[in-house]
Amino acid sequence: MTLTPERMDEVSARIARLDEARRTPLLHVESLWKVFGPKADRIIGTPDAELSRRELMARTGCVVAVKDVSFDVAPGEVFVVMGLSGSGKSTLVRCLTRLIEPTAGTVVVAGQDITSASDAQLRDLRRKHVAMVFQHFGLLPHRRVIDNVAYGLEIRGDAKAARRQRAQEMVDLVGLAGNENSYPDQLSGGMQQRVGLARALAVDPSVLLFDEPFSALDPLIRRDMQNEVIRLHHEVGKTMVFITHDLAEALKLGDRILIMRDGEMVQVGRPDEVVGAPADDYVRDFVSDVPRSHVLTLRWVMRDPQPEDSLDGPVMGPDVVVKAAAHKVLAAAHPVRVVLGDQLLGVVDREDVLRVIVAEESV
Amino acid sequence: MTAVADRPPAPEAPLTTTPAAKEPVRRTGLLLAAIAGAWVVGWALFQGVATLPLGRAALTGFQRSLNDLRDAFDAARNSNFVLDVVFGGIRDGLDAFVSAARGLLSQPAFPRPVPEIGWLGVLAIFAWLTYALAGLRSTVLVVLSTLSFALLGYWSDSIDLLIVTFTAVFFCLLIGIPLGIAMARSKAVTTVVTPVLDVMQTMPSFSYLLPLVLLFSIGASAAVVATLIYALPPVVRITAHGLRSVSPATIEATRSMGSTRGQLLRTVQLPMARRTIIVGINQTIMAALSMATIAALVDGPGLGQPVVEALQSLNIGNAFVAGLAIVITAIMLDRTTTAASERAEKERRAGRNAPQHRRLVLGATAVLALAAVYLSRTYLWAADPERLPDLGGPLADATSSATDWITDTFFGATNGIRDAATYGLLNPLQSLLADSPWWLVAAVLLATAYVLGGWRPALISAVCLGVILGVGLWQDSMVTLTMTLVATALVMILAVLFGVWMGRSRRADTALRPLLDAGQTIPPFVYLVPALALFGPTRFTAIVAAILYAGPAAIKLVADGIRGVSPTTVEAATAAGSSTLQVITKVQLPMARAALVLAANQGLLYVLSMVVIGGLVGGGALGYTVVSGFAQAQLYGKGLAAGIAIVALGIMLDRITQHAAARQGRR
Ligand SMILES: Nc1ncnc2c1ncn2[C@@H]1O[C@H](COP(=O)(O)OP(=O)(O)O)[C@@H](O)[C@H]1O
Ligand SMILES: [Mg+2]
Repeated sequence: MTLTPERMDEVSARIARLDEARRTPLLHVESLWKVFGPKADRIIGTPDAELSRRELMARTGCVVAVKDVSFDVAPGEVFVVMGLSGSGKSTLVRCLTRLIEPTAGTVVVAGQDITSASDAQLRDLRRKHVAMVFQHFGLLPHRRVIDNVAYGLEIRGDAKAARRQRAQEMVDLVGLAGNENSYPDQLSGGMQQRVGLARALAVDPSVLLFDEPFSALDPLIRRDMQNEVIRLHHEVGKTMVFITHDLAEALKLGDRILIMRDGEMVQVGRPDEVVGAPADDYVRDFVSDVPRSHVLTLRWVMRDPQPEDSLDGPVMGPDVVVKAAAHKVLAAAHPVRVVLGDQLLGVVDREDVLRVIVAEESV
Repeated sequence: MTAVADRPPAPEAPLTTTPAAKEPVRRTGLLLAAIAGAWVVGWALFQGVATLPLGRAALTGFQRSLNDLRDAFDAARNSNFVLDVVFGGIRDGLDAFVSAARGLLSQPAFPRPVPEIGWLGVLAIFAWLTYALAGLRSTVLVVLSTLSFALLGYWSDSIDLLIVTFTAVFFCLLIGIPLGIAMARSKAVTTVVTPVLDVMQTMPSFSYLLPLVLLFSIGASAAVVATLIYALPPVVRITAHGLRSVSPATIEATRSMGSTRGQLLRTVQLPMARRTIIVGINQTIMAALSMATIAALVDGPGLGQPVVEALQSLNIGNAFVAGLAIVITAIMLDRTTTAASERAEKERRAGRNAPQHRRLVLGATAVLALAAVYLSRTYLWAADPERLPDLGGPLADATSSATDWITDTFFGATNGIRDAATYGLLNPLQSLLADSPWWLVAAVLLATAYVLGGWRPALISAVCLGVILGVGLWQDSMVTLTMTLVATALVMILAVLFGVWMGRSRRADTALRPLLDAGQTIPPFVYLVPALALFGPTRFTAIVAAILYAGPAAIKLVADGIRGVSPTTVEAATAAGSSTLQVITKVQLPMARAALVLAANQGLLYVLSMVVIGGLVGGGALGYTVVSGFAQAQLYGKGLAAGIAIVALGIMLDRITQHAAARQGRR
């Protein structure tokens, strides 16, 4: 990545734009609960709700899969939900379109309260506004690729010619041109998931939900697919909620990351915030293996300028990743000035950068 | 770094069953031995006391009241609303439909001396349909099979059998597929329907013919309804199963796109379950064929009739030829439906539009078929199958002489086998069961049920035994039970021998399995023929037929059980130095326990249903009583009572073995 001034500003500008846009969120989730088990709705609000999962299971036979989760997602944002297996991610993302019925709480998509929507409204939402990509693809084995992609258009009643054309565009978009007449079981896992992606994109939804879409794929294919998502995000700019248990994936894709444990929110923040200021030992443990220079930005290593610091060094933005800045910092004769707009936030010198890189080597 | 320490510990493979599991098995064995001992002592003391015999022509009050019930039904048939309008309507509708089909295809259609469509036309229609649905190979099979009906001299009976079968199948699908769909979509429907299907499937086919006569009188409609009832469960169950096994991930994905329940069913569940449903249809067709032959006893048209006549007059030659026609029908239907399902799959894969040339071929062959129909309506040679050479007569004669020769030549062998089984197994056990006081036998059976399965089967057995006492056929039931137990014991010996062989050797499996599969498609009626040819009309004949009928299913279950034993365990046992025999007796058979008990369960039910059909060939006891209920009006009530007793026996045996199987599964 070359460090053009535009690129520096672009990152900071995106952060600022999303922060601003979050005031009128596309997706608003408030105090969402999902309790599995008998008489699940009686648990919320009682002291039982504070018990650990195992104790609650023993006492009532219920599992709290999602516990009092709230967050907002800005239009165009990539919001990642991360946690270990069993932490409630899949349940959470299914509650967003009521594939699983939430026990309590509110979900608002584009101004519409989903939790009180009728069956018909819900179907309309699923047909037009929110699409989902699944870990095990969920393709229809008896339909060809093109018919799989067109399926969502078909059930909402689009005309045949229109849906074929749209489906063909989507097949081309995800790089499957030439495979439209294959059946899913004739494709590799990665290609099948491209079909899943195309199918979700075909209905032109405003929100895309991904439930661990690449967990079932080989590492190399997974990397390709992650890059594909990044590319598609650039091209179509959809809002995405992306579930994963893979921290590297979360850091790579997410504008912000929500970390869950046993159904609870542990932390929400940008990748650099999660790595730079873990909310507790659980998160700290989680991120301890991350190469910090790849994630932390200059914001996290800069210090206030001292009187003896020369202010003749080069200028960089605060949201440049340390690794990307390292070469320039190390080569400069004077400390790098971290500047946002025309405001001097701090300075970074050789030692500040080396401290991060050396610390990471010893992990 | 030590490589050894890094290796994960090898998974522990138990060499034999654990002591904890072995202990209750031994205890069960001891308890059963104690029960048997007490039984023998009681038998010695009380032999001949309170055995509740009933003479052949004698009737109990209950049986007489069943006769009265029949008379009441007969009297009310034209006046009672339900009987007249509902059942009468069904009867008339079915009768009219079947006779219309027969007039079209198989029976002289007045004033014509021949059916509307003669043999050549029927042959051409069958061939064209098969070609359109199943492909060229099946068409060859169907043409040869249909031609053989005419050549064997059973043209109209064969076509009648197909008419009864497919009329019943049509209604099975009409009722069964929607019911299966409803079961897959609603727990409540499942809860209600499943026990009904269970009862329908444990009821031996012989037992619901007589009750149907009450409602429909005898004839084609009773045959169609009996066949419908018998053949309905497979398609219902398999449809429900197929829909339920559609991957939940796919269903969720479809729901996430906003599909309605109807769209989900139409575009996802039904297409994905299609193959399974076709398997269900195949099974329903085969079940319908086997019941349609037996329905000859209620005067159902078809090949069953000549078989029954020939069996009852001990005409082996005719029985053989008519039985052969049934076997040919079975193979034809089985192969053709299987090919049709594979073809449907392939066609779907090949693309939406059938290739142009195929449509041309279908059109051209349709014209040919129509030409054949025209010929068969115009010229007697194309209409009357009697004008074709007769292979059936010579074949029947040849079979008769061959049978005579075999029985003469191997008189010693066949008699020896029969006598050994009769005096060595059958008579002693029958004496124990039928000559002991009824209360002793009842106590023994209840105790056995309790030891094997717990209090629930014991309770159900008590009810069943109460029913048997109540219908007044205790001693006959005990004789039937004897035959059932002896035949099942022999079936299990075969099942273990062949099952172990097949389970251990791929080659044996590959060689035997097609034979067993074919054996399972043959309607049970047919097995009476060779058994009768070899052993004459005796109890043992019924047992042989039962073994032939039940053997394939039991052998396959045991073979699958043996094959299912974890190869690591077998390898570990071999590595520990076990001999082959030790591996079989100490590892494979104990670990396949559940499969063995399941085989015994299936074996018992198959055997029971066949043993009573053996009443036609000298099997005596309950089966004979049912048969005479068809033949003699004053014995109707007794026959119906025997049918009830058969059901009670079946439920008792099924429940005991089911619970025993569940226990084995838990261990
Ligand atoms: N249908 C269900 N019934 C009962 N418990 C469930 C159900 N679905 C999920 N759970 C439980 O809820 C918890 C969260 O599951 P899930 O959302 O699948 O987690 P994740 O996707 O993070 O692995 C787990 O403990 C799981 O056992
Ligand atoms: Mg999950």
